[in-house]
Amino acid sequence: MTGSIFESEKIKEDFPLLEREVNGKPIVYLDSAATSQKPIEVIDRMTDYYKQINANVHRGAYHIAELATSEMEETRTKVSRFINASSEKEIVFTKNATEAINLVAYTWARTQLNEGDVILLSSLEHHSNIVPWQQLSSERNIEIRWIPITQDGQLDLSSMDELLADVKLLCVSAVSNALGTINPVKQLTDAAHQVGAICLVDACQSVPHFKTDVAELGADFLAFSGHKMCGPTGVGVLWGRLDLLEKMPPFLGGGEMILNVTSDGFTTNEVPWKFEAGTPPIAEIIGLGVAVSYLEKIGMEAIREHEQNLTSYALDLLNDRFGDDLIIHGPGAAVERSGVISFSYRDIHPHDISQVLDQYGVCVRAGHHCCKPLMALLGVNATARASLYIYNDESDIKVLADAINEVGKIFS
Amino acid sequence: MPGLEDLYKEIILDHYKNPRNQGELSVPPAIMEEGFNPLCGDEVKVYVLTDGDLIKDIRIDGQGCSISQASASMMAESVIDKTLEEAKNLIERFKEMMSVHESNMDSEELSEDNDENSLGDLQALKGVVKYPVRIKCATLGWNTFDQIITPGE
Repeated sequence: MTGSIFESEKIKEDFPLLEREVNGKPIVYLDSAATSQKPIEVIDRMTDYYKQINANVHRGAYHIAELATSEMEETRTKVSRFINASSEKEIVFTKNATEAINLVAYTWARTQLNEGDVILLSSLEHHSNIVPWQQLSSERNIEIRWIPITQDGQLDLSSMDELLADVKLLCVSAVSNALGTINPVKQLTDAAHQVGAICLVDACQSVPHFKTDVAELGADFLAFSGHKMCGPTGVGVLWGRLDLLEKMPPFLGGGEMILNVTSDGFTTNEVPWKFEAGTPPIAEIIGLGVAVSYLEKIGMEAIREHEQNLTSYALDLLNDRFGDDLIIHGPGAAVERSGVISFSYRDIHPHDISQVLDQYGVCVRAGHHCCKPLMALLGVNATARASLYIYNDESDIKVLADAINEVGKIFS
Repeated sequence: MPGLEDLYKEIILDHYKNPRNQGELSVPPAIMEEGFNPLCGDEVKVYVLTDGDLIKDIRIDGQGCSISQASASMMAESVIDKTLEEAKNLIERFKEMMSVHESNMDSEELSEDNDENSLGDLQALKGVVKYPVRIKCATLGWNTFDQIITPGE
C-alpha cells in the first residue's frame, strides 16, 4: 500500500460508464454488489484481444494461438497469486460463481456425500449457495441444516457444537450479499474441520473488496465471479485444494477436458483443465486478468479502507437524516460489514423506492437479493440495497439521501 | 417528481394507500388463488365468490409495491357484481393495454378514450407500460384472478 490518499474522483475517471447520465442526471451507480462497472483498461484489453490475437487456446501451434493461450494462462497465475493459492493448478475457470458451486456439488459432493450426511449452510446464503445443495439433498436424502442469525444479521454461533454433528460439508459466504455482514469464516472453517467436514466459501462479495487469502480463511473450496471485481461477465473462478480437485471426477464432458478419446472411452486431462470442457471464455478470462492487476494497483487494503470509511459515512448520514423512518438491516458498525447497505424506508415498497431513485440517476437494487430464506427471517419481503465500490464517494451518498427524501414526499 | 407523473397518478396512489376489497373470504365457498412475482418477492392472494355467473364478492390479500397493490384494488372494484364473461372481457382488454409497446406510446399518447370500450379508471395504469419491469407488478393480481375464473389454463 502506498499510503496515498484514496482518490475516488480519479478512479471514477477510469470507468467510462460513470460518465453517462440517467434521466438527465449524472449516474450514481450503487449496485456493485450485483455487478461492478468496468475500467477502460479491461474493456480495451478485451477489444484488443479480438482485434489482435483471437484464436482458440491450447490447440493451434501458430503465433496468435500461442499468444491467446499464454495470456489466458497468465491470468490463471495472476488469480492464483491474488488469492494466495498454492498453485495455479488450483484455479478452475467457470462461467460464473454459480457454476463453480455447482461444479463442487456435482463432482465432489456427489462422490463423497451419502444418506445421513449433513450439509451446514448459513442463513445468509445466496440462492446459488442454497439450491445446488437442496437439489442434492432431495436426490440423496441428505439433511440441510442452517446456522441461525442474530437480530442484527450476524451468524449466531452459540449452538455450533450441536449444529456440527454429522456435518460433512459447510457452505458459507465470506460476506453476505444482502446485508453486508462479514462472516467469521476462519472460526467456522476451524470448527468444521474439527469434525472432519470440508468447507466451501462463497467469496463473491469479499474477493472484490478485501484482501483474500484462501489459506488464512481455511477454505477447501472458494468460489467467486469476475464481473463483481471490475472484470467482465461470463467468467467465474473455482479455487479448490489441489488434492481434492485431483480426486474429483470431471464435470462437463467434451473437448479440452480429455487427454485421449477412443471409441471405447476417454481419459481425463489434468487439473484444472479436466474441469474446463469446451472452448473457455478466452476474452473474458483475459479481461479478468486485467481487472486483477487494476485492483492490485490500487491495493486491496486501500480499497477496504476506502469502503469502510464511506460505509461509515453513509450509515451516519442516513441514520441522522431519516431517524426511525429508515431501517438499515444488518450489523450496526461499518467495521463489521462491507459496503452493502440494505434498507427499508417507512413502509414504502423497495420497488417504488428504486423507481423514484432512478429518476434522480441513482441505481440501487430492490428485491429479495436472491436470499428469500433470509428475507423470511428478517420479516420482510424485500429491501432496497445500495452497494458501494471503489468509484463511489461521499457525493454519491448525498445524492442518494436527497433522492430518498423525494421518495418520502411522493408516498407521504 | 419529474417524469414519474405517468406512473404514480393520484388515483393509483389513492388505491395504494386505501386499498378496496382487502381481506379474505372463507374457502369454500369462495375460491382462492395465489400469485407470485419472482422478481421482487411480491405475493397476492385473490378470493372470488361467485353466484352462478355473477361475481358476488372479491377480496385481495398479500403484499407488494404500489403498482401491484393499486392495480389489484382497482381490478377488484371493477369486476365486483360483473358476470364472469364481462370479467374475462375486462381482463383481456386490460392485458392488451399492458402490452402496448413503448414505441407506440407516442402516437397513442396516454389519452383517455371515452368510447364504449373505455377501461375507465383503469386507464390510469396505462403509464406503467413505459416502465417494462413494472408491467409484471400491474398484471400480478389480474393473472391470479384470471386463473380462478378461467380454470385449466
